[in-house]
Amino acid sequence: MDLFEYQARDMFAAHGVPVLDAVVATTPEEARAGAEAIGGGTVVVKAQVKTGGRGKAGGVKLAHSPEEAAAKAGEILGMDIKGHTVHRVMVAQGAKIAEEYYFSVLLDRANRTYLAMASKEGGMEIEQLAVERPDALARIPVDAITGIDAAKAAEIVDAAGFADDVKAAVADVVVKLWGVFQAEDATLVEVNPLVKTEDGAIIALDGKVTLDGNAGFRHPDHAALEDVAAADPLEQAAKEKGLNYVKLDGEVGIIGNGAGLVMSTLDVVAYAGEEFGGVKPANFLDIGGGASAEVMANGLEIILGDAQVKSVFVNVFGGITACDAVANGILQAFKILEENGTPVTKPLVVRLDGNNAELGQEILDDFAKTLPAGAITREDTMDGAARAAAELAASGQGQGA
Amino acid sequence: MSIWLNHDSKVIVQGMTGSEGRKHTQRMINSGTNIVAGVTPGKGGKGQEFNDRVVKPVFDSVQEAVSQTGADVSVIFVPAKGTKSAVYEAIDAGVPLVVVITEGVPVHDTADFFQYAKNKGTTRIIGPNCPGLITPGRSNVGIIPANITKHGPIGLVSKSGTLTYQLMYELRDIGFSTNVGIGGDPVIGTTHIDCLEAFEKDDETKAIVMIGEIGGDAEERAAAYIKEHVTKPVVGYVAGFTAPEGKTMGHAGAIVSGSSGTAQAKKEALEAAGVKVGKTPSETARLMREVMAQLA
Repeated sequence: MDLFEYQARDMFAAHGVPVLDAVVATTPEEARAGAEAIGGGTVVVKAQVKTGGRGKAGGVKLAHSPEEAAAKAGEILGMDIKGHTVHRVMVAQGAKIAEEYYFSVLLDRANRTYLAMASKEGGMEIEQLAVERPDALARIPVDAITGIDAAKAAEIVDAAGFADDVKAAVADVVVKLWGVFQAEDATLVEVNPLVKTEDGAIIALDGKVTLDGNAGFRHPDHAALEDVAAADPLEQAAKEKGLNYVKLDGEVGIIGNGAGLVMSTLDVVAYAGEEFGGVKPANFLDIGGGASAEVMANGLEIILGDAQVKSVFVNVFGGITACDAVANGILQAFKILEENGTPVTKPLVVRLDGNNAELGQEILDDFAKTLPAGAITREDTMDGAARAAAELAASGQGQGA
Repeated sequence: MSIWLNHDSKVIVQGMTGSEGRKHTQRMINSGTNIVAGVTPGKGGKGQEFNDRVVKPVFDSVQEAVSQTGADVSVIFVPAKGTKSAVYEAIDAGVPLVVVITEGVPVHDTADFFQYAKNKGTTRIIGPNCPGLITPGRSNVGIIPANITKHGPIGLVSKSGTLTYQLMYELRDIGFSTNVGIGGDPVIGTTHIDCLEAFEKDDETKAIVMIGEIGGDAEERAAAYIKEHVTKPVVGYVAGFTAPEGKTMGHAGAIVSGSSGTAQAKKEALEAAGVKVGKTPSETARLMREVMAQLA
């Protein structure tokens, strides 16, 4: 989960990282009150969106009075920045910046450890700096067990070539930022820019934090950081049912077991869809190993709730779960949905393979005979089923069947 | 031969008395794995009964289980909260192969126990969030279905469980030396490269299937490794061409970030290394059939 800047700022403050006074506002009036609360002087009004390039897009503005802060907030709120609508602004105390630096610590997948990156040239996009002036960016591996202590922080600031007068202060902030990374189970903590003010203070002016969802059990407070309002309603509903669902932009609903197989199913449907006017998969949904009737019913309900969906492809490989159990799960799911008043109204294409495949196929075929023609089509191969589902979606039979 | 797992592998199950542990231990016993004991702190001294009155001893600690049974493999089914300490225990007991099935382990815990194993230098970790590994007909450690394929000359390494099963099943008439599910987390104990290296050295393995997916650059690095070090034919498959940027697709590690980690880049890297890459799982199986036909 990526945090908004204001959330990262609050988290930094809680771990003793020096930040500027700031408040978050959702209306111009709140921005005015916020600017007053932090002293009434010069403030910066910053759009809170989870994307870069805010400054260029006009999402960061200076204001010299609370009234001006309200006016600037009014301009920024509702703005669209790279497809992200601005719902909040952060009103932060102004600072007189002498120098801008860069620091981050992140999970280094390739080396299976952490990586600290530091530069005395901050403010610009770090990807750009890494390409244009790689020598200006120090990259120091961090041992996952020993982390960043005072000595490691000194090594990092030395490698980045910080001037002697700021070395100690920057190293101190680096240790505190490691504290955030470690204590909050982050996979990324980035400060860009880290600044030296004219009076010599080192301050984290802008922060980016990504948290590990797997560590949620250690951090009950992290759930409140989630931007529920921005979540897709179907994804939100699926999450509440404990389903692993991602909404995509397409017409063929997908249910499968195992993340890899489902990803592969999306691809195969997209290939097949090329033949039928560019039909695409509508979602990712991994119902996992169990494939119980309840999970199948929940999954079907979510997918049928997607108005874009014209057909549904159920792709299950019976490894641990036997195919007859999966077939019975589908059968029960139809009944559950019927009872709930949300019957299955779109055609299903099912491919069952693996353990007890023949038994599962028989159960499904017998059940299909009790339904209107075309309600369930069974296919033997994944490629064949993808083609059938794409064709059904393209012909629009989904609306009436 | 085969890699890392064979007839004589002596396997302990950490978390054997829990419901998942019991269920999968039964399946492992059914598929011929030499399960020598279970470990559940606080339940030592009691036996755990399985079908046909088979009883496996339960110990309080891995150390005890290893010294009593000579176990050389541990498979971990303990919940995510307890996984790090369970892995530490197995490393401390000097178990050479530790297979972590548990899903949802915080990546800080994995990075930590991976570093710990690296420092000790005596334990290979597979996983976490993986289905384990199977040397068909000889031993099965984890949750891979044993009855969908047979022993044979193909080595398989994959980030995905069900895609592994799919390929095992499609190529069941040819069979596999060892299938390794390395897991879909951002940090894993054993990589594609580790498996490629082991398959290259294994006499029984004649050709290799490598299954990857979006996220990270493990496939690109594996491609570079193949180019330099692998003489056996490799057939590849990559899942996630249609995955949107910035969305995690089921596996914690399966995410396209900006322009990195895409399926297209991985496919191109593999092809540049001379790997034939299938467009679908079935096409991948077909390509492997062609390779085997040429070797015959």
